[in-house]
Amino acid sequence: MNVFHFFLQHHEEILELTLEHLWLVGISTLLAVLIGIPLGILSAHWPVWNKPVLGTANVIQTIPSLALFGFLLPVPWIGARADRLAILALTLYALLPVIRNTYTGIRGVDPSVVEAGRGMGLTGRQLLFQVELPLAVSVILSGVRVAVVVSVGLATIAAAIGAGGLGEFIFRGLAMVNNQLILAGAIPAAILALTADFGLGWLERRLQPR
Amino acid sequence: MRPIPANAPVIEFREVAYVLPNGQPLLRDLNLQVQRGETLVLLGRSGSGKTTTLKLVNRLLNPSGGEVWVNGAPNAETDVIRLRRSIGYVIQDVGLFPHFTVERNIGLVPRIEGWPTDRIHLRVQELLQIVGLGREIVSRYPYQLSGGQRQRVGVARALAADPSILLMDEPFGALDALTRDQLQREFLLLQERLNKTVVFVTHDLREALRLGSRIALMEAGQLVTVLPPQDFLRSTDPLAAAYVQAFGEGLNSVATRGSE
Repeated sequence: MNVFHFFLQHHEEILELTLEHLWLVGISTLLAVLIGIPLGILSAHWPVWNKPVLGTANVIQTIPSLALFGFLLPVPWIGARADRLAILALTLYALLPVIRNTYTGIRGVDPSVVEAGRGMGLTGRQLLFQVELPLAVSVILSGVRVAVVVSVGLATIAAAIGAGGLGEFIFRGLAMVNNQLILAGAIPAAILALTADFGLGWLERRLQPR
Repeated sequence: MRPIPANAPVIEFREVAYVLPNGQPLLRDLNLQVQRGETLVLLGRSGSGKTTTLKLVNRLLNPSGGEVWVNGAPNAETDVIRLRRSIGYVIQDVGLFPHFTVERNIGLVPRIEGWPTDRIHLRVQELLQIVGLGREIVSRYPYQLSGGQRQRVGVARALAADPSILLMDEPFGALDALTRDQLQREFLLLQERLNKTVVFVTHDLREALRLGSRIALMEAGQLVTVLPPQDFLRSTDPLAAAYVQAFGEGLNSVATRGSE
């Protein structure tokens, strides 16, 4: 039986686990964007926040993923369900690229443009939403892209704590020494990562200010 | 607002000092008045404090000592956003918003001030004419413009909400000689027509003599002297004389406005 047949035979399960995978990645990316962009703005505007914010995100990034899952296990509410735990861990990993690129994007806005805006009497909020964020959006998006691609790969490990996703196939395949099972997890995961990379890359170029 | 006597200065520096957070003084004992409708040129070399002086007017910087009065009130007591919207600001790098068309760049302050769309549209058309740009330019982006066009748009944008005061920080400094000459000429015509109170920063004596009704010479954070162009040329002040000498022959023909 070749891989193709295996895929046909198990297409329902593959689809289900793919959707589960997407859900883990989607929710965690959304959370990382909601938390990371404000933190990036904070550290770009108030230099005192720069080191603690980026430093913390950096440290989180260096924790091995399996260890992070382990650390979070005893946390109340979070540790009670595997998917909560997986989402929290993935969110923490996705934070660094989002924060760093928001910071870089905003700091990269031409200072004369910001000065002109302030001199014209734009409020801080107007400057942020009408000038800084629109000009930084493609840099921020490239951070989100990195976060998504990393999350798709990382989310396979979430199966180790029973959070589901395409990692289920991979771990089962490893346990049973079954290459087809491993591929049933790895191929859709690779396709997801490539699709997200391509789609967000396209969006990034579309939103690139001239 | 309280009534302002007609002859009161529009901008007044009273004992103003500015010191950097690290303790380095950039400006000391500045006393200076700018009258309604005049073009006061701040002349000096880099680091003499001209730009600092300019930024104290619209509170991009706040003085470490003394007060800056604008339109009859200390500007520290005016709401900073209102203050800045009532003062046009033009800088050398122009600072056009690269993601906005010319129309949106010029119309930004009117738009956030809540003007109706057709009024903004008419105002943009009017301003383009004032700064000598064609109507076809409205839908272009800054990167599609030449340096001269960009600075014209910058001036139009500063004039958008019809401020009575205009602050210009080396606006023509980055332009080629020919474009600069043209824009200087147009500035004089514009000023004749609009009669704004202008504070103009430059390090070019020729430009100062040509555009200024008075020239304030600055050096190392202090005001050296304030003179009308013709008097500046005859000044016995060593620094003023050094400037005149450095710029050489033919300055008399540039200094159009003499001592009244």
